[in-house]
Amino acid sequence: MIRPFGMQEFLFLIESAGWTLLLTLIASILGGVLALGLAIARVSVHIVLKEVARLYISVIQGIPVLMVLFLSYYGLAQAGLDLPPVIAASVALSIYASAYLGDIWRGAIQSVHRQQWEASASLALTRMQQYRYVILPQSVKIALPPTVGFLVQLVKNTSIVSIVSVIELTRAGQLVNNVTFEPFKVFIIVALIYLAICYPMSRASRYLEGKSRVYRNG
Amino acid sequence: MSIVTVENVHKRFGQNEVLKGVSLRVERGQVVALLGRSGSGKSTLLRCLNGLEVIDSGRIEVAGHEMSYEPARLRALREDVGIVFQSYNLFPHLSVAENIMLAPGLVKRVDKAANRRLAEQVLERIGLLDKIDEYPDSLSGGQQQRVAIARALAMEPRVMLFDEVTSALDPELTEEVLEVIEQLARDGMTMMLVTHEMNFARRVASTVVFMNEGTIWETGEPEAMFSNPKTSEFKAFTQRNVK
Repeated sequence: MIRPFGMQEFLFLIESAGWTLLLTLIASILGGVLALGLAIARVSVHIVLKEVARLYISVIQGIPVLMVLFLSYYGLAQAGLDLPPVIAASVALSIYASAYLGDIWRGAIQSVHRQQWEASASLALTRMQQYRYVILPQSVKIALPPTVGFLVQLVKNTSIVSIVSVIELTRAGQLVNNVTFEPFKVFIIVALIYLAICYPMSRASRYLEGKSRVYRNG
Repeated sequence: MSIVTVENVHKRFGQNEVLKGVSLRVERGQVVALLGRSGSGKSTLLRCLNGLEVIDSGRIEVAGHEMSYEPARLRALREDVGIVFQSYNLFPHLSVAENIMLAPGLVKRVDKAANRRLAEQVLERIGLLDKIDEYPDSLSGGQQQRVAIARALAMEPRVMLFDEVTSALDPELTEEVLEVIEQLARDGMTMMLVTHEMNFARRVASTVVFMNEGTIWETGEPEAMFSNPKTSEFKAFTQRNVK
């Protein structure tokens, strides 16, 4: 049965965009926590920790997100761990985000001057205190623009989870199109909703980039 | 008992042996000026004294702490040893007050009100109390360096190390930093300074140590050394550097 594209369909798209945002949020938070650990492991003096983190990042960055998704959805199902699609999707996106954010943040940590480590160590701070009070606050400033930039990518890349039938914005667009047969209209609207989410983020990123060079290093 | 003891310290970076068996004693209240050409090992020696460089062999004892690279013991040593660097190294995201209060608050658990009073005291001492709530990048180089000195002083160190602290500064800014150091000398602070300011070394130091090729080449009281160098190397060095 063919239906015209109406308010009901539009609201369905908006509602599904909520899932897109939720998936992005979950992946940013879980992926972010993991990424912080990875970033610190990458700059740590423990050679094993460092290498494990390096390997993890290389592998995840070197394979398509789709493979990570298939592995966490079909792979784990076969291993007897039958995850609901939304969970599998969240796991896959979190893993994906962790590798990229981990790398961005490693770079940010490393770009803080070595002398900041020396100065804070000389004041008898512990390694944890150095990170917490001296290094990370400076890294955050540096990491903010590329982090936001990656999150914009993440919003768009959540569309791949439509493959495992999580109904987010892209999947919703397909479903609506199936009943309205108005692909041009439907996907323009889907694209505009993505744009409405991403454009403000890109703007924020550019604004932060302009503001990030506040420190002169003496 | 000496407050700094260095015994037969060796240190190499790769193939390059920077310290070739350095021994040195510093008594309480002494001001030791470490002089020498670049590459002579003077900065490395200074950095070894608070464990920023790890020595290959020999022994170092500072303010009653035997040098150890075990983190907790190294921190205990560093609580008693302040260092000021050539590039100031203030924390750019923290205000002057926060820069000064950070370590006493975290390491010595000084409560906030007492810590603020401490910061005011040390800033008063270096004449920058009016800058207490500024950020480092709004200060001149000389002011930043004085704040770096104040930050080190707030830990109430027993020994202060100065690593070419005026080398990045214009002459007029150099003067304001040297005045602060001279004041500390008058207050009886034990200090070791790597410096290129020969006149300052001559005026303020109680002992001059001339380093050459990774060893202590010549040492003594400044007047005697400058007016009557014993080695041709130190003689050549003073002729090049004192106008």
